[in-house]
Amino acid sequence: MALYVLRRLVSTIAVMAMVGIFIFLLLRLAPGDPAAIIAGDTATPEMIANIREKLGLNEPLPVQFAHWAHSILSGNLGISIFTGRPVLELISQRLEPTISLAILTMILSVTIGVTFGILAAWRAGGLVDRTLTALATLGFSVPVFVVGFFLIYFFAIRTRWLPVQGYQPIDHGFGPWLVQLILPTMTLALVYVALIARMTRASMLEVLSEDYMRTAAAKGVSSYSMLFHHALKNAGVPILTVIGLSFAYLISGVVITETVFNIPGVGRLVVDAINNRDYPVIQGVLILASGMYVLINLAVDLAYTLIDPRIRY
Amino acid sequence: MSLLSASAEAAPKGRLQLSGLPRLARRHPLVFIGGGLLALLIILALAAPLYASDPLNLYPFKRLQPLSAEMWLGSDNLGRDVFARTAFGARISLLVGLTSAASTVLTGLLVGIIAGYNRRFDSIAMRIMDGLMSIPTILLALALVSLTGAGIGILIVAITITHTPGTARLVRSVVLGVRERPYVEAALCGGARLPKVLWRHILPSTIPALMIQSANLCASAIMTEAGLSFLGVGVPPEIPSWGNMISSSRLYLPIAPWSVFAPGICLAVTVLAVNLLGDGLRDLFDPRATRRR
Amino acid sequence: MQMQKLAGNDVLLDVRDLETHFYGEESVTRALGGISFQVRSGETLGVVGESGCGKSVTALSILRLLPKLTARTVGGEIRFHGRDLLKLSPREMRQIRGNRIAMIFQEPMTSLNPVYTVGHQIAEAVQIHTKASRSDAMAKAREMLRLVRIADPERRVNNYPHEMSGGMRQRAMIAMALACSPELLIADEPTTALDVTIQAQILRLIVDLKEHTGTAVMFITHDLGVVAETCQRVIVMYAGRIAEQASVTDLFARPAHPYTQGLMRSVPDRRHGRQRRLPEIPGIVPSLREPIVGCSFAPRCPFAIGICREKTPTLRDIGPGHAAACFRAEEVMGG
Repeated sequence: MALYVLRRLVSTIAVMAMVGIFIFLLLRLAPGDPAAIIAGDTATPEMIANIREKLGLNEPLPVQFAHWAHSILSGNLGISIFTGRPVLELISQRLEPTISLAILTMILSVTIGVTFGILAAWRAGGLVDRTLTALATLGFSVPVFVVGFFLIYFFAIRTRWLPVQGYQPIDHGFGPWLVQLILPTMTLALVYVALIARMTRASMLEVLSEDYMRTAAAKGVSSYSMLFHHALKNAGVPILTVIGLSFAYLISGVVITETVFNIPGVGRLVVDAINNRDYPVIQGVLILASGMYVLINLAVDLAYTLIDPRIRY
Repeated sequence: MSLLSASAEAAPKGRLQLSGLPRLARRHPLVFIGGGLLALLIILALAAPLYASDPLNLYPFKRLQPLSAEMWLGSDNLGRDVFARTAFGARISLLVGLTSAASTVLTGLLVGIIAGYNRRFDSIAMRIMDGLMSIPTILLALALVSLTGAGIGILIVAITITHTPGTARLVRSVVLGVRERPYVEAALCGGARLPKVLWRHILPSTIPALMIQSANLCASAIMTEAGLSFLGVGVPPEIPSWGNMISSSRLYLPIAPWSVFAPGICLAVTVLAVNLLGDGLRDLFDPRATRRR
Repeated sequence: MQMQKLAGNDVLLDVRDLETHFYGEESVTRALGGISFQVRSGETLGVVGESGCGKSVTALSILRLLPKLTARTVGGEIRFHGRDLLKLSPREMRQIRGNRIAMIFQEPMTSLNPVYTVGHQIAEAVQIHTKASRSDAMAKAREMLRLVRIADPERRVNNYPHEMSGGMRQRAMIAMALACSPELLIADEPTTALDVTIQAQILRLIVDLKEHTGTAVMFITHDLGVVAETCQRVIVMYAGRIAEQASVTDLFARPAHPYTQGLMRSVPDRRHGRQRRLPEIPGIVPSLREPIVGCSFAPRCPFAIGICREKTPTLRDIGPGHAAACFRAEEVMGG
């Protein structure tokens, strides 16, 4: 087990190193002079030279990479060109809304998605199954922002039930925080409900045809217990995998949802940074997002052992 | 009596033998519906100049007009015809969707097949693919597009780069599965050259998986294009794409919802058509999964 | 034991004209074409036949465990203590399963749930059917493991199935099936998937436990040797119907159906030399998707005459407790 965790950590570090190299090269190998891109169209040659000096762009690439990697590993993601503030500080200021949205979305989609998936698998081919499968296909097909505007139009503009956009920090009270997040969460959760329901259904169907399910039935186990105890625990590993992998989509969805609902989170930060060509900020967000993704999938891998006793590392 | 003849006898006789399209529609309705819808959308997109006015025309005195006989889907905040823009927007979505899917399949096939056959390349390529996969698609695409500025070309490149890892992994797994098969080994033992074996035996076996993957890629590409355009970093803002239309009309949602919903619904229908086609193809190539439905 | 006293007298399970169909995409398979038989309290009834003859379908039909979407019992009755199981509500049926009728399956490797401990799975059966507390049920699980002669039950009770060998898993399955002292145990090829040495042990165990508890056993197998060792009465099935029904002694002494004779000839006889090549029954089992005209065995039968290809023979008595579905049973029996 310890050995496995170690091996897994080493491969995680390898992946992160790959991500690091890629993000590093992204800026350096872009067509044109990165310093000129950063300085913008109205920059004087002195300004460009200044930026080049500041970023250490005059040194050979491997040296630049070593400096870059060293500063990132020591927790320094650089300074925002646009605001002059440390990137880490800018990101941490924006973290609360983004994490709130991500966690609420995950809770909502896992509960609804898993339940729907189990219901669909229970009576595979039946009306419930057909309806849910059709809804899942629809859920996959409507882009996040289209869902968002539909929800805003009907639940905020027409009925005035919910706020149109914005965000309330959680220390202003749990109620306002939650009310502000209802529509964004529903918007973002749609795809994940579809994704998780689909995976749950497929995985449950596989398990339901296993011999041990027949054994359980022969013991007199009730349908409820068959589905939620005997089958679900066996179907858990693929479901968990999808939840881990979909985290990357979640981040993409967060960027768009924050724009639709004007939520001041990390997603807005990165979109603004792109409009301002604030590369250190873009870099920082990319590194943190990828790091989160890799860590979550490491956690998912380790969580397998809790579900399935056959998996021993 | 042999097993074969017994089962042939057992097959029901006199069953209506359908052929061609009706047969496809009956046995694989999703392929039929999805494919048909997609074909219709492609025709409508190509024929846009025949039935829609110039999408770039501005009518400053007819801003935010509701639906009317003159402008079927009303006008936007600059007084442009939403119907015409939506019709022409289909061209962008389909162009980006289809080209990105095609280019991703090509790169994925190239990387996947070489990785499936060359160990050293495999270990390096798959590490790179792992790294690329760890960066959320939209963020990576945003970063790529931001380097050069908005444009359809860079958009297709960005979508291709972000979607290649998944496709390469898929091809690689198929190749790894096939290369141990007796007929491949037999061909190699029989003196066939590797490129020929790849072309004759390995490549065809990747086709079913790649057809399903193309549909998925096309849907994802259309969504990514629309998403990036919506964020303002996709197609240049003057080009009428559905993402751009939604982006520029979003502030007028309370008074001119049609200007947001028309492109939004078209976008959803297009992606739905592609997704249905993909689901149908999966059923077609994987009867085991179909039977479980 | 009081059960032992009843042995041979009391009809426990009375199956009449049981018909089960499987529904494919474009065809219907008549897996059971109307079979009738009885199981008496405390007896061991063997059910023999080639794969696909309907042995397992019979077992699953009795417990109503057929796959819901593809199979249905379309006719007949299954009377258990006089009550028709086919008419019970799902809830009433659950109270029978694992409690009064239990079943063990062919594949010990896949028939236990991999994510729960063996003890948990035995205790679950106890808890469903009795008001036992969790700790009492676990104590019962340990007791059952000891009963099926698993060494070190205190430790094994906390094992997961993958930590056990095939033979041990089958023992655990038996422990689970017998935990609620059922009146009928249906054993569906319980030794087929095991090593030969383990097979003998498991057979011995089932026979011993049967004597010990007085449970009636319906023993499904394709192996006539197993039948001879364990059963009192035998049903021979062919193509979804009963071909012959007899006591074990009668069946081996005077097989009255050509199919039974064929089966017996293809059993390796340990007394004769090993050189003899086993005769096999020519041909294959007919497809049950098309209605069969005449006797389903006729195409493979050395005794077949004109009538065999025109009329379907019904099961008829040819001696005390001996019945066969063959027009020429007397001649077949004669030699």
